[in-house]
Amino acid sequence: MENNLPNRERLKIKRQPMPEQDPIIRAANFNEVNLGFSKEAALQEALRCLQCPKPTCIEGCPVNIKIPEFINLIVKEDFAGAVAKIKEDNSLPAVCGRVCPQEEQCEAKCILDKRFEAVSIGRLERFVADWERESGQFQVPEKAPETGRKIAIIGSGPSGLACATDLAIMGHDVTVFEALHEFGGVLVYGIPEFRLPKHILKVEIDNLKNLGVKFVKNFIAGRIATLNELFTEGFEAIFVGVGAGLPWFMNIPGENLNGVYSANEFLTRVNLMRAYDFPNWDTPIQIGKNVAVIGGGNTAMDAVRTAKRLGAKRAMIFYRRSEAEMPARIEEVHHAKEEGVEFHTLVSPIRYEGDENGWVKKAVSVRMELGEPDASGRRRPVLIPDSEFEMEIDQVVVAIGNGSNPIIGQTTPDLTLNSWGNIVVEESSGKTSKRGVFAGGDIVTGGATVILAMGAGRKAAKAIQKYLENNEW
Amino acid sequence: MPLNKIVKTELLGPEVKLFEITAPRIAKKRKAGQFIILRVDDHGERIPLTIADADAEKGTITVIVQGLGATSKRFLQKEAGDIVWDLAGPLGKPTHIEKRGLVIAVSGGVGTAVAMPIAAASKKAGNTVYSIIGARTKELVILEKEMTERTDKIFITTDDGSYGRKGLVTDQLKSLLDDGIIPDELVAIGPLPMMRAVSELTRSYNIPTVVSLNSIMIDGTGMCGGCRATVDGKTVFVCVDGPEFDGHKVDFAELGRRQKAYLEQEKQSMEAFSHQCRLEVKAKKLKIETA
Repeated sequence: MENNLPNRERLKIKRQPMPEQDPIIRAANFNEVNLGFSKEAALQEALRCLQCPKPTCIEGCPVNIKIPEFINLIVKEDFAGAVAKIKEDNSLPAVCGRVCPQEEQCEAKCILDKRFEAVSIGRLERFVADWERESGQFQVPEKAPETGRKIAIIGSGPSGLACATDLAIMGHDVTVFEALHEFGGVLVYGIPEFRLPKHILKVEIDNLKNLGVKFVKNFIAGRIATLNELFTEGFEAIFVGVGAGLPWFMNIPGENLNGVYSANEFLTRVNLMRAYDFPNWDTPIQIGKNVAVIGGGNTAMDAVRTAKRLGAKRAMIFYRRSEAEMPARIEEVHHAKEEGVEFHTLVSPIRYEGDENGWVKKAVSVRMELGEPDASGRRRPVLIPDSEFEMEIDQVVVAIGNGSNPIIGQTTPDLTLNSWGNIVVEESSGKTSKRGVFAGGDIVTGGATVILAMGAGRKAAKAIQKYLENNEW
Repeated sequence: MPLNKIVKTELLGPEVKLFEITAPRIAKKRKAGQFIILRVDDHGERIPLTIADADAEKGTITVIVQGLGATSKRFLQKEAGDIVWDLAGPLGKPTHIEKRGLVIAVSGGVGTAVAMPIAAASKKAGNTVYSIIGARTKELVILEKEMTERTDKIFITTDDGSYGRKGLVTDQLKSLLDDGIIPDELVAIGPLPMMRAVSELTRSYNIPTVVSLNSIMIDGTGMCGGCRATVDGKTVFVCVDGPEFDGHKVDFAELGRRQKAYLEQEKQSMEAFSHQCRLEVKAKKLKIETA
């Protein structure tokens, strides 16, 4: 392919559309919505990159992937080289290419974004990662000689996997401990199959196993072994990446009625426990006809689209601000709308009412309007007086965020937590108040993104390496 | 020895079976009142089960299972030598045990399996421990021998009078209270209506009453919130805030409704399970015939 195409020619190439499953068909199945670029589309899209001498996209990426370089390798049809280039900075490109909010990160910083449309960096990342998996030509990264030093990673979500990868490449003896019975953390229990197929994650975990990382499931760190006990067992450093924990509720009347789920429970039943295939799988889920999902983030979109796929007649989002303030990715909102999800914005439930058997039947809500910006910079929702209205519903999914998981904190008294229960760390290294213990991801930041968690895991891996070398805290 | 291997089983009553399973780390760490979550097989639910006993030297834990749904019925088919797919724990806060004087442990049905380690630990802490075990009928009375060994006095009631005193555990408790035997603490574990009735009775006597709640849960680590209950007007997560709570403050009515959330689906999966069983029987017959 022509690599020295003049910029004016590059600018003429249209941003390539992502092939998708038809909305009507996909609203009734759990298969992946986005089908991925064809080779032709990927080559066209790659040509759109202007190869800026001072690329701003890299700054937009939390792990600073060398974006123009990998895209240039795609132009040269060196897909293996492109994946290798990405993997210098990101060990899970097939995952990040699917779930990263590129439109707020790398693509928002793309020079084309203002006057034209940004290069589809995420879709290109996904393309080469998929190419690698489908071709079977995995390159096992070169490992440093074995050091024999044992490191424990608590939690197999994005931060733990990223940290484990880097430490294994450095030659260390890494063990990942997971509380659940499958590896991947939020990538397996939270993000649905239609956004991130589980087989992709499984391949990534298998690759890590091939790299020598040990995986232990059903291990509730803190309870089955405290962090101190892990040190006694010979681990020299511990990375805590246990993710977000306790789901928040609004504390309004009726939230404990039957049919009211936290998004965590709703998604875990469907994703981890395969309740969509009940009774072939034992774990059930209630099938709602009129479902209200409370919240406007990615988790809310995942939940509402899941409800639709399970067979809801009306799958609805209730969000207290307007669509512009929704934290969800634009693509997810767009996909949800295409699939027939109703958006009720500037609406906030104040109570739920149930029938005589305790099943939710009605949501009583109020309408809001936008006031002055609040601490988050988004305009604050203000109650409109006398705006109460009712809607018949038979299922509610509360998706307004998570607190922190209490188990490590409860069982590690010398670990400093903030008032929300998050672990306090030195930002540049992930060092906690406890010698030898590092932390990163949602347990430190509260609910954030996959890629931020991965970035934190990688930072901690570097800091762990340094700590092993100089033993300084 | 391989992890999660069943080393011993014992049928304690109809549809009630004891399993001793290898889990050396849990056996060493667990304390009275804590539970595990296990999956029998690949398609199984995650089911929470209280650890009834543990042998740290042998590296085994004991759980007692009642065949209620499809998963637990499949579990009952397991025998010594079989492996359970997943087993995680210990979960939940341990029972707060201290020397108080007289402790009465009231239990019903398989709740006795949960009450036993608590009664044993209370006794070990220097308390005098009485046990009241209730069941519908004689063959459903479990762990009588074990409980007798671990406590100072044991009372048995059956609804139909086929064994022990005819009546409910609350009848027996009422008699003791009427006789002026007022415990310093009471632990009630069993079906919700039983725990509720016991709590109502002890409320008027101001007897501190601990109940162990058994709610629907998935992960057991606080992540799903499915196990929430209302205690003292506040929402709690049974898995991380409990499983034990002040019986006088629990909203039993709400918990009762929440426990029934999946009745319809349970029926459906039981039908699938029975169908499967019939198919297996047919297949076996066919094998025999063709042989």
